[in-house]
Amino acid sequence: MSFDLEKIRGLFPVLHQEVHGKPLVYFDNAATTQKPNSVLDALSNYYLRDNSNIHRGAHALADRATRYFEATRETVKNFINARETAEVIFTKGTTESINLVAATFGRSFINKGDEILISTLEHHSNIVPWQMVCEERGALLKIIPINDAGEILVEEFEKLLSPKTKLVSIVHASNALGTINPVQKIIQAAHAIGAKVLLDGAQSSSHLEIDVQALDCDFFAFSAHKLYGPTGLGVLYGKREVLESIPPYQGGGEMIKEVTFEKTSYNEIPFKFEAGTPNIGDVIAFKSALDFINDLGKKNIKAHEDDLLSYASSRLGEIKGFIPVGTASQKVSVLSFNINGMHPYDVGMMLDANGIAVRTGHHCTQPLMKRLGLEGTVRASFAVYNSKLEIDSLVESVTKIARIKNK
Amino acid sequence: MSTIRAVQDEIISEFEILGDDKESTIYFIMELGAGMEKLPESARVEDNIIKGCQSKVWLIAEEQDGKVHYYADSNTDITKGLIFLLLRILNDRSPEEILNANLDFVERIGMGAIIGSQRSNGFAAMIKQIKLFALAIQSNQNA
Repeated sequence: MSFDLEKIRGLFPVLHQEVHGKPLVYFDNAATTQKPNSVLDALSNYYLRDNSNIHRGAHALADRATRYFEATRETVKNFINARETAEVIFTKGTTESINLVAATFGRSFINKGDEILISTLEHHSNIVPWQMVCEERGALLKIIPINDAGEILVEEFEKLLSPKTKLVSIVHASNALGTINPVQKIIQAAHAIGAKVLLDGAQSSSHLEIDVQALDCDFFAFSAHKLYGPTGLGVLYGKREVLESIPPYQGGGEMIKEVTFEKTSYNEIPFKFEAGTPNIGDVIAFKSALDFINDLGKKNIKAHEDDLLSYASSRLGEIKGFIPVGTASQKVSVLSFNINGMHPYDVGMMLDANGIAVRTGHHCTQPLMKRLGLEGTVRASFAVYNSKLEIDSLVESVTKIARIKNK
Repeated sequence: MSTIRAVQDEIISEFEILGDDKESTIYFIMELGAGMEKLPESARVEDNIIKGCQSKVWLIAEEQDGKVHYYADSNTDITKGLIFLLLRILNDRSPEEILNANLDFVERIGMGAIIGSQRSNGFAAMIKQIKLFALAIQSNQNA
């Protein structure tokens, strides 16, 4: 598919509606993206024709559902360039993927006096599970500082690394500011002292090419719903040797090899980590979302989104009272800002009155907001189907709103 | 002093003029807050923040000639306008009047649709706190 914006927009029915009498401008893509027709069709076709439990049934529907389900795993494997499908585990989302690692790797490899490193940029989902592990295991959580632009201080990170460091869990691209972290450097330095690395790819996966082999990360977590796919579904990638070394997450069906009342032996990866009937319909529909991205090409998507980000940054930057938040040199298409003298909630509500959907508040990054001395921001985040025309309406509305307090 | 009913009717007719224009309605609410009596600086403390609001709302009350007098402020202009609306109806009335007030203007102007579900929860928390102060002052009076 060539990059034809009108054609792309045509694939997303939800975009074509009015909100408060104005055409919808959907700029809350970092929270969740809209779904193309192909995903909606795959979901309904599954329930219309193939609905069945997978991996065990001795009938045609079960066989079809299993094949489609495993086809998605294959597509995910290729999407992130994992070595094999066994390294791709389906979860409820990024949050569960991180919690899975915390509950398994954390409980078996983090001991008293050990240290886990995270950064100031982290989402609460990549803070709280580690606080819980540290509390339970008597370990210490250390925080990598950032500069005022919202960039990790790599030298400070290197100073924090020590033989006590067992895990570095870091966001690939910040949901609140858009900063793309120098993860390659971080992974190399962490591995040099023997620590494992988890990347929170919730934001990066929709914007950047992901190659887990080139990155050499030990874990990579992301969500389907930020990739034009269904909600309630995520992925945890883990290196085979790491996944094999850690205990199962939850007990139940699917994850076992043999159960007696005396002892249970566990299934092979990835099934060892997928207890119970999985989210079959959404997994199957997720393939259509990945196909959509692959058809367009990540490079083309990134180029379009970069173009939107730089256009929006420069046009909004001309508005009196506009304060950009997060000015890292490497960013995904997330634009956080405030308006002088105004609360982000009020700005968000006024934008909504103009049909423009943005996120306001702390974006589940309260420690980051505290570091920046802010209560919150207004966040506009762009996806493949957004246009410069839509940014023009954002600019027009922000100009009008900013004028209230910045005459 | 107008009755609670009369003030509510006044508010309802003001919102009727604004109609379905969400943008003008929000600007109207924001501008309302500008007319609010100043919260004493000493009252701007954590303890006076209403729980259950996403934005910060400070509210205190004192008894003045048997009536309840409220002071409030917020860090967001829209929220400030919202609490001003409530004080316009309920300020300087007896605790009984405040406790028995049926604030049907909320439904009649369609407040839920104007401010959304999160802010509606905060708005309900404001009403609750206003009534709690009235109840506390009433029990003091009866003691």
